[in-house]
Amino acid sequence: MIHALAILLSCQLAGEVAAGALGLPVPGPVLGMIFLTILLLTVPQVGKIVQDLAQGLLNHLSLLFVPAGVGVVAHLDRLGPDGPALLAALVVSTVAGLSAGALAFAGMLKLLRNTDEAPRAGN
Amino acid sequence: MPVTDIWIYLLEGPLVWLTLTILAYLVGDALFKASGGKTTVNPVLIAIILLSGLLLATDTPYGTYFVGAQFVHFLLGPATVSLALPLYWNRHLILRTALPMVAALLAGSLVSMLTALGVGWLLGLQGVSLLSLGPKAATSPIAIGVAEKIGAAPSLTAALVILTGILGAVIVTPLFNALGVKDYRARGFATGVSASGIGTARALQVHPTAGAFAGIGMGMNAVFTALAAPYIIGWLFA
Repeated sequence: MIHALAILLSCQLAGEVAAGALGLPVPGPVLGMIFLTILLLTVPQVGKIVQDLAQGLLNHLSLLFVPAGVGVVAHLDRLGPDGPALLAALVVSTVAGLSAGALAFAGMLKLLRNTDEAPRAGN
Repeated sequence: MPVTDIWIYLLEGPLVWLTLTILAYLVGDALFKASGGKTTVNPVLIAIILLSGLLLATDTPYGTYFVGAQFVHFLLGPATVSLALPLYWNRHLILRTALPMVAALLAGSLVSMLTALGVGWLLGLQGVSLLSLGPKAATSPIAIGVAEKIGAAPSLTAALVILTGILGAVIVTPLFNALGVKDYRARGFATGVSASGIGTARALQVHPTAGAFAGIGMGMNAVFTALAAPYIIGWLFA
């Protein structure tokens, strides 16, 4: 587990350093994700080392957003009189954005006749 | 030492609120599983409500809470790096969907941004409040950076990012079922683009392929929003 943690943190650190040094507009952890992907492609054995810890973190990714979420509620009054309008804009734009993205993706798959065996939601 | 003194001593350290954060999440997760995986029974939302109620009831400032919760918060970084793993496992599926991903990124990101600004404007929002809606679909560090650049309020934008994520996580499954989009690549990717981290967490709960594509969607929208949003919003409000 310590080896896995060392690899994940090293990738994140490399991402932070690269983002800062090159003035890139991407967050350090996102660059770290790209670095770890490259590492996995070049040295596939790394997958076995990080697998358990990475999977454990991702299984409970929701948990990691709880502190920030509590912060939002603690400062909810800061939305002030604009609160209802902001919430309405959030609801409409989230529904619209999700729909546009999913329909565009599915539409392009159809257009390209991409019939890869990909998992589908059963309902 | 009387029990109240022990309690006061403990409340000054990180242990109590760190433990309560994890316990609140476990309660949320247990309720989520007991509901048979209903999206409206969202573990993050339940944990946030429980902890917020507790902070309010005990008159605890957020700063005190965060002394303990920061350890959980810190793990967001390594967890983001971990998204490389599902990305790597799904690399063959991913390489064959470059065009659909670009189309869905442009559609999802632009529609999110423009409808948020449009509805806000129609409802009479002005100035900083309106601008803060612009980058809210992107993951928080990006959204905060863009907010600073365009003269919006970074703290308001950060709150809007979280609220968008929770909202997205709750509505995404019934919405895509209603639209008839069943492919987990499309469902996951669109969720990552429009509902960033909390959306990705939801996608990972549903299916590993959806989770992998959500991670890429979140990453691609981070880059796109950072590069394009300041120009688009600047042009709209020029």
